[in-house]
Amino acid sequence: MSLPKITQLAGTGVYVPGDDVDTDRIIPARYMKCVTFDGLGEYAFYDERFDAGGNPKPHPINDPRYAGASILLAGRNFGCGSSREHAPQALYRHGIRAVLAESFAEIFFGNSITLGMPCLVMDGRDIRALAALIDEAPQTEINIDVANGQVNMADISFPAALPDHAKEALVNGRWDAIADLLEGLDDVNATAARLPYMASA
Amino acid sequence: MGKTLFDKVWAAHTVRELPNGMTQLLIGTHLIHEVTSPQAFGMLRDLGLKVLYPHRTFATVDHIVPTDEREEPFSDELADAMIKELRKNCAESGIKFFDIASGKQGIVHIVGPEQGITQPGTTIACGDSHTSTHGAFGAIAFGIGTSQVRDVLATQTMALQKPKVRRINVDGKLAPGVYSKDVILHIIRMLGVNGGLGYAYEYGGSTFDAFTQEERMTVCNMSIEGGARVGYVNPDQTTYDYLRGRPYAPSQAEFEAAVARWKSFASDADAAYDDVVNYKASDIGPTVTWGINPGQAIFIDEDVPAPGDLPEKDRATAEEAYEHMKLKPGRPIKGTKVDVAFLGSCTNARLSDLQEVARYVKGKKVKSSVKGIVVPGSQGVATLAESMGLADIFRDAGFEWRGAGCSMCLGMNPDKLVGDQLCASSSNRNFKGRQGSPTGRTVLMSPLMVAAAAVTGEISDAREVFTLS
Repeated sequence: MSLPKITQLAGTGVYVPGDDVDTDRIIPARYMKCVTFDGLGEYAFYDERFDAGGNPKPHPINDPRYAGASILLAGRNFGCGSSREHAPQALYRHGIRAVLAESFAEIFFGNSITLGMPCLVMDGRDIRALAALIDEAPQTEINIDVANGQVNMADISFPAALPDHAKEALVNGRWDAIADLLEGLDDVNATAARLPYMASA
Repeated sequence: MGKTLFDKVWAAHTVRELPNGMTQLLIGTHLIHEVTSPQAFGMLRDLGLKVLYPHRTFATVDHIVPTDEREEPFSDELADAMIKELRKNCAESGIKFFDIASGKQGIVHIVGPEQGITQPGTTIACGDSHTSTHGAFGAIAFGIGTSQVRDVLATQTMALQKPKVRRINVDGKLAPGVYSKDVILHIIRMLGVNGGLGYAYEYGGSTFDAFTQEERMTVCNMSIEGGARVGYVNPDQTTYDYLRGRPYAPSQAEFEAAVARWKSFASDADAAYDDVVNYKASDIGPTVTWGINPGQAIFIDEDVPAPGDLPEKDRATAEEAYEHMKLKPGRPIKGTKVDVAFLGSCTNARLSDLQEVARYVKGKKVKSSVKGIVVPGSQGVATLAESMGLADIFRDAGFEWRGAGCSMCLGMNPDKLVGDQLCASSSNRNFKGRQGSPTGRTVLMSPLMVAAAAVTGEISDAREVFTLS
């Protein structure tokens, strides 16, 4: 299984402010009644974007100025709560290719990397500064240098951090762990053989 | 320096280091349910892979299963399709399925312990963030996404980064009317909803030593609400006594050897921790949430905090919370009108929860303006509660007595809030829209506090309503 190496990303941005944005908000549970992830994109942030009658509410993602944005900016502890992979899947299928936030919930972060959707941590002031730049010129491209931990827009550059293991996985095209895990099957069997409970059913 | 249980279990299950520096960790026990597993089986098929150790995966249905209608096909066609998909996937792969007809179906985090599948010194994963519940047995249990469900099915392992370990001590005796639910709500309030990022939580101290297994489960269950993916308690005699004789626990002949092995995993007395925090049981009171995340919590006799009472960084979320919850800052939360009382979920729907509440609601009535529902965590819990007469006590008090499932904790089945109803809930999340209505409001609390709200029709102090002292 060969995966693309994710070293650079470019696209326009959209800022969804707020801290502790949970995965129930990113994808309400009622849209998880599905046996595949196809079609989840339209339900991203559904209850934030639409009222009970399905009419659009004011929300950055509904705002035509940010149409086509592929880089999402967020606050602290983004993606907290449920482990549902439906959350990053919904964002990805909506067209998001990277998330920049002050911090990420751990399970959301791992789920996102596994999809090849980098999540980079930026200082809160830098997030707001970048959001202001986006607000001024929403169609100006943002460039994310995954390998060097930088986010560039216009002439301004912001530091953006990614843990080493995630950076390694993305830039080497090994962000979906399954190939690496399958290579270790002999060691898996050996480890299992040392644990008595693995023999029982 | 000694080692923690986390260090020992991690070492025993380490398969190898991966090229990116993460650890390939053996997951001994895998639990699956209908919502996060079908896509994983689909990915397996796409990759031409099979389930490596089918005997180490166990399945049940909980998230979308209706709790009032138990005959198939269910009227919700999507839910019906998902349950059938799980049944088919389990049959094809040779996975044990605690199906609705088995009498053993229930919330996956209640079924695992009940069946004795959850054991000390093991690693457990499930496509649900409340998998941390199983840590109550001294297991290291991870909530995972669907791609990782696929990884575990195909390789019985996943790629993980080793977290740090924070020891959380709670010492002393809890006052009457204060429960393990209050302990974890208090911990989250103090450490914050993201305070556990990058940590596993090890809970201990004399309060935990005195807790039953079921009380320990309530605390470990909500570790993720504090940002910690893993939470655990070291196994002790309480743990071994709970497991003895359960269907999947080691047999009588093998039990003592298993206990000796389990004991060896417990944290050493001189174990090194990355952080230690201490709380006194006597400082903890009945706790309720006032906002839209579980860290926005206060004691029942406190006022909803005003923005000025909160650190600067918490004010924006607080403003959002006042608006959603329709609560006024600086005013008491006690007396807030309640529309629904939900007693259920993987946090608090075990037999001991129902027993404790039944003791006090016997002879009382749910207020006519309140819809009260009791959803036992598993068919096993339901059967016992029925045979002990608890179900009748709840019905006589005016509660609806339902079948087992996740129900109104996340509103994926027909049990949902309507409009901006306010729910007194024994569950674990008060996120906006969590209970099935985008404008629905959730106030988290202990089961007895839910009962107090049901009886009075408002957020109340159970100690006053049921004259506890």
